[in-house]
Order: sequence, then structure tokens, then C-alpha cells
Amino acid sequence: MGALRRLTPDEQVGLLFLILFGALLLVTLGASLYGLRERHDEGGDAWQRFIRDLRALWVGTVLFWLAWLSGPLGSTIFFGLFSFLALREFITLQHTRRSDHRTLILAFFIVLPLQFLIVGLRRFDLFTVFIPVYVFFAVPVVSALAGDPHRFLERNAKIQWGIVVCVYGLSHAPALLLLEFEDYEGRGAFLLFFLVVVTAIAQVVQELASRWLRRRPLARQISRSFSFRSWFVGAFVAAWFGAAMYWITPFKAGQALVVAFIAAACGTLGEFVMKALKRDAGVHQWGNRAGVTGAVGLLDRIAPLCFAAPVFFHSVRWYFQV
Amino acid sequence: MTRADLMGLLLNFIARLITGAQGHWKGCPPTAEQRIYFANHQSHLDWVLIWAALPKDLRSKTRPIAAKDYWTSTPFKHWITREVFNAVYVARQRTDDQDPLEPLVEALRQGDSLVIFPEGTRSNKGDPQVFKSGLYHLAEQFPDVQLVPAWIDNVQRVMPKGEVVPVPILCTVTFGAPIKLEPDEDKRLFLDRARSAVIGLRPRVN
Repeated sequence: MGALRRLTPDEQVGLLFLILFGALLLVTLGASLYGLRERHDEGGDAWQRFIRDLRALWVGTVLFWLAWLSGPLGSTIFFGLFSFLALREFITLQHTRRSDHRTLILAFFIVLPLQFLIVGLRRFDLFTVFIPVYVFFAVPVVSALAGDPHRFLERNAKIQWGIVVCVYGLSHAPALLLLEFEDYEGRGAFLLFFLVVVTAIAQVVQELASRWLRRRPLARQISRSFSFRSWFVGAFVAAWFGAAMYWITPFKAGQALVVAFIAAACGTLGEFVMKALKRDAGVHQWGNRAGVTGAVGLLDRIAPLCFAAPVFFHSVRWYFQV
Repeated sequence: MTRADLMGLLLNFIARLITGAQGHWKGCPPTAEQRIYFANHQSHLDWVLIWAALPKDLRSKTRPIAAKDYWTSTPFKHWITREVFNAVYVARQRTDDQDPLEPLVEALRQGDSLVIFPEGTRSNKGDPQVFKSGLYHLAEQFPDVQLVPAWIDNVQRVMPKGEVVPVPILCTVTFGAPIKLEPDEDKRLFLDRARSAVIGLRPRVN
């Protein structure tokens, strides 16, 4: 441990990635061997979901690595781009009308860049209220000016919701990088890493737990695998992982356990909510509507982060007064 | 790399960023055979979308049709249609002594592929309008050229008529199985068949 502490923050983060990619490589190797050994006819669905989650973990890790490599400015732009692509996917599946055009332009080309600009400038007070207060007000005004009363509330609600999840939620990820704790300069990447790992672990464990426990699903219409117990097991395991990683965070072990539990629980619940939305839109995965042919469902991958990041960010900020 | 190549790259990047420009080859593979692609027409972006959905090496051999009076009116419009897209210019005003299809026939003789929108104009109300007869005449003169139907989906949401700024929404181009003009097939029957081939590619809405 002493040797580790003597490393510079950059070296510590570098080491972290080395360990992380190594572990992922091992799991992937193991999974592909397991896949060769057996034919998975009856458990095929759960197995495929596990593979998908594993892939999501890879994507998350690479994403995080790139964000760290490119520094605060780079990572803000990076997450801004992800937010853009996620919102694009979200809006595609909502039945917007012609008269929503101006509102959508506002969302994509004004709200989104501004929100990420505010993050980049570390104006955390403005950043917190910009979308809930100002944009919440501006969107229906622009919509009303288009002069189409047809399903007005519904159309606005969809766009507002998309903005909150894809822009507001995701913008908290780079904000974590820029949060300044005492004696923790330059280590914001660890905090984001902590969040990403904890939510990803919760997701994978919940999936596996639902496979082994075979509990009655809580809401069969929405998800056949989501049960209270599997959700709790996922969050619980992730919380202990979080506690074990306390030394990379500004938290003490107990604090890390609690914040990890909060983040993990929110992430998996967020995924559950997204599932409900997907059912409503009549698709299995986000992405292109005729997307069986290999469109990337980006929103699928980052939905847990979109939900977990704001709760994590604000509870940490509130508790530690930073 | 020329300026036209750079412009092509830029336009392709923008089209992908805004619409995804996914090509789904359902009825035929994207090969370098000589083809006439015919599609529904809902927006100014239709051509760019098909062009971006094509594999890179097919793009230079696949040409759009451009109205001569409009697309040569300024140097920039002329440059972009001529250098970047290699467009075939047609005159919109019909003169008695000239066949309006002549430039298209010329391009097909050279071995190029074409993209045409047989409705003749943009429609934004559900089903495509009745096809104009140009497709029939081309099929008659070039029986060996494949006629590939295509459906462009969602693009009217990206840029509805009258708007100038596109909104990012995922679009797809679905390419279907080639159709053929049967011997002695009636013109109207053939055009209706072509139209229903295009409509048949529309992705089912849940």
C-alpha cells in the first residue's frame, strides 16, 4: 500500500486501468470458453443478456479510459457527444410531430451544448438548475409558439423527459471529474470510475441473481427478470465492491459502502424504468427501429449511468459540502 | 485529396451524425453492378441519405438527377452538384425537340448507376404519389440494368418541408430485391408494381 501511495495520481490511475482491462480480459476469456463448452438452449436468453452486460462493461471501461486520457475539456466534449447520440436515439422512438421541430432544435443545438459548457466551466450552481428551471420553462414556450395544440402536454413531456435523462443525467458524469474535494485534486477520474464500476457490477450481478433466484418478477409486463430480491442482491454486492474500493475515493469505507449502494440501486432502477419505456415504444433495444441488423443501442448501455450519476453527484455534494 | 473529396467526407459525416444513414440491404447486396435505384421522395435530404448509405466505392459511380435551372444558378450549387455528387442535369421546362430523359440515357450508356425519385416531387403525406413514366422508359431502353427499389424512412421528421435546420433523428434506407420489366408489360401496371415494391419496404411501425 505504501508503494502505491507514493505514485503520482496519474500513475495510480494508469495502474487502475491495467488491472481493470486485465480483469475484463479474463472474464471475457472465461465466458467465451464457457460458451464453447455448452449449448445454451434453455438458458439462452439470460446468457445473451449476460454477454450483453459484459459488452456494456467493456464499452464503459473504454469510454472511461478515453475520458481520462483526454482531460477535463476532452471528457466534457466526449460525454457531450454521447449525450447527443443518446438523445437522438430517444427522440427517434418518440412520435414527434412537425410542430415539434423548433423545440427539438432548441434541445439538440442549444440546451445540450450549453449544459456541457456550464459543466466545463465548473459553474455547478447554474449547472444544477439550468435544465430543471430555465429549460423546463423554455421548452413549452417554444412549443406553444409553434401553434399546434394537438397532444400538447404529451409531446412536451416526452421532449422534457428526453432532455432530463440524456442531457441532464449524463452531464453529471463529467461533472464528477471536475468536482474538487480537499486533498483529492486530479483524482476526479477515480470518482467517475467508482460510479461506473459500481453501476455496472450491480447490473451484471442483478442479471445473474435473477437467473439463479428465479423469483416472481415484480412487473412481468415490463421485465421478466426484475425482482425485488435480485435488485437488492445487485445493489448489495455492488455496495461491498464499492466499500472495497474506498481507498481510491475521498470517502471512508463506511461512506463508500453507502454511496455505492445508492448509486447501484439507482442505476439498476433506472435501467428498469428504461425497460418500461422500451416496452411502450415497442422495441427490445434502443437504436434504430429496424435495428435488428446491428444498430448500436447506445442508450441501453448508458441508461443506468444517466439515472445514477445525478443522484450520486448530488448526494455526495450535499453530504461533503463541496 | 481534392476539395470536392473533402466536401464529400464532410457531408457524409454530417449525414451520419444527424441521421445515422443506415443502409439495410434486404433484397440485394451492395455490389458494383449498374443499377437504377428508385425511392420515395419526402425531403431535400433524400439524395444525401442514399448517397451516405451506399458503400464508399459505389458512391462515385452512382449519380443523382438535378434540375438544371436550380442547381446551376450559383457557382457553389453548381460546384457541389458537379464535383461532389457528379449529378446528371435535366431541364425542367420541356421543349418539343428534346427528350427530357436524354441526359439520363447518356449517363446509363456510360455505365453509371442512377438514383431517381419517380414521384417527381416531394410528398409528405403517407404513401408515395403515383410514379411518373420516366422509370418505365429507362427500363425499356436498358433491360440489363437492375432496378432496385428503396424506402427512405423517417427523413421527413429530420427536415420537414419549409424548415432549414435538420433535427437529429435516426433514418434508414432499405434496399429491396431488383424488379424487372416483363415483356409486353403495360406501362401503368409496371409503374404501379414499382411503386408497391417501394412501399413494401417500409419498416413496420409497432
